[in-house]
Amino acid sequence: MIKIENLVKLFGSKRAVDDISFTVGKGEVLGFLGPNGAGKSTTMRMITGFIPPDSGSIRVGEFDMLTDPIRAKQTLGYLPENAPLYTDMTVYGFLNFAAELRGLRGADRKKAVHSAIETCFLESVIHQNVDTLSKGFRHRACFAQSILHDPEYLILDEPTDGLDPNQKHEVRSLIRNMGKRKAIIFSTHILEEVLEVCTRTIIIDRGSIVANGSPSQLKAMHPDYGSILITVRNVTEAELRDKLKTLSAAAQIESVKNKDEVVTLRVYPKDKKSSGLATQMAELAIQSGWKFDELHTDDGRLDEVFRAITLPDTVKKSKKDGPVITVNV
Amino acid sequence: MNLAVRNIYTIAKREMGGYFTSPVAYVFIVIFLILAGVFTFPLSDFFARNEASLNAFFFWHCWLYLFLVPAVGMRLWSEERRLGTIELLLTMPVTGWQAIVGKFLASWLFLGLALALTFPMVITVNYLGNPDNGVIFCGYLGSFLMAGAYLAVSCLTSAITRSQVVSFILSVVLCLALVMAGWPPLNDMLSQWFSSGVINAVASISVMTHFSQFQRGIIDSGDIVFFLGLIFFCLFTTGVVIRSYRAG
Repeated sequence: MIKIENLVKLFGSKRAVDDISFTVGKGEVLGFLGPNGAGKSTTMRMITGFIPPDSGSIRVGEFDMLTDPIRAKQTLGYLPENAPLYTDMTVYGFLNFAAELRGLRGADRKKAVHSAIETCFLESVIHQNVDTLSKGFRHRACFAQSILHDPEYLILDEPTDGLDPNQKHEVRSLIRNMGKRKAIIFSTHILEEVLEVCTRTIIIDRGSIVANGSPSQLKAMHPDYGSILITVRNVTEAELRDKLKTLSAAAQIESVKNKDEVVTLRVYPKDKKSSGLATQMAELAIQSGWKFDELHTDDGRLDEVFRAITLPDTVKKSKKDGPVITVNV
Repeated sequence: MNLAVRNIYTIAKREMGGYFTSPVAYVFIVIFLILAGVFTFPLSDFFARNEASLNAFFFWHCWLYLFLVPAVGMRLWSEERRLGTIELLLTMPVTGWQAIVGKFLASWLFLGLALALTFPMVITVNYLGNPDNGVIFCGYLGSFLMAGAYLAVSCLTSAITRSQVVSFILSVVLCLALVMAGWPPLNDMLSQWFSSGVINAVASISVMTHFSQFQRGIIDSGDIVFFLGLIFFCLFTTGVVIRSYRAG
């Protein structure tokens, strides 16, 4: 388990990381979200022991990163932002170097290097010099370095940055699979990635945690979460509204679209947690003989939640920036 | 093998490999040997001296190293900072000082190798006359120690900046100060204003003063302590600089 408590990092007078605490257990994949400059990388650099925090504590498994850094680092794998590599080495040479520093020798080292090469699809470039590689290969070479010693804890700073869609997919499934046995923290800008890979998500903004929960919990913060969209052809909007109002589970009804005799309404449930509304609406539609094109439960949009909780307050007020979402952390 | 020694060995091996996979090593060695030859033969009139010694050869080393050693040392840490690999290296289970010592030793050995390749000089004087090979050995030892001192200074300046050029210039200036402090014309000039105690104090921090002892064939523990102390001081300061860089 990685346990971070009250972590603070000052850069000059700026609080880059301001009192962050969280834990990640084995079997968890924690997605670290936040706008640029929110403190994601700084937090990860502190967890991996690259920069010391100004205050707070970091425990990696049974070791304290601040008092016992070498043993804590042995259990960690780290992919830094932008995947730095020694440009004067071959991929094979680089991985051997990293494996040696990880304490792997002889046959163990060979095995570890080859399995990392296989996992990261690097076979075709192992004897190539690092500075002749494309960005995708460089990224994977650095990623391979982080999993060489099969660490219990993995810290990945934007692991899919610069990869093409196929490679992104590969890396995501890799992270998901490894997440079953390890504790993984990874940062990203890509929200779908979070939905696809993470078991839990933390959003940080200006150095503080502003949201912490599973991706579906975060999506549920969206005001449209749980509302039902219905699109019907052969009725007028007024008629549709009147009928829907009679449903016991329906609260507010909003018009979405009304064009060419096709009406779309959004119906909000009285109780977000119960699914009664959808059933009632389906029954009503069948009874009334509506030709409906769509009956769909909205499960919230992470991008709008993300925007709403990370935009400065002044910007948040304007309607076009999305709904106002209040967050309780 | 002890874990620390292993880590130092691994880091040094990588650093050494880095010299030889790029043209740096070959260019450096060739230029070093050519310049050493040019300084010794045409400039010092090696043959006209009619001496069975390598004085003409060693005399120039403190000036020769002034530009060549910073060229070797300038990339040690600045390159790590520029590429961002310092983050990779220092989040591995190695301590800062292991990394510093490993990198320093690799470069020092490399300089030692370049110096060793001047062995035809030794053969030449032995063929032409009967030199005191003990004195020649002392000269080589002193030269190697002096190269290490220059290198430690370069190591320090390369930790200060991510630009190799800035690192090189700073290092040349600092090394020049270390040479000039014991340069006789400067000391003569200073003697007009200061007492001999001050002059001696200034001269005692000069690599030239300490290296000249070795050239005469004298291995004084004080001189060895001076060079090793200078190396230790610079590497220690490098550690402080890197730590403060990480602390932001």
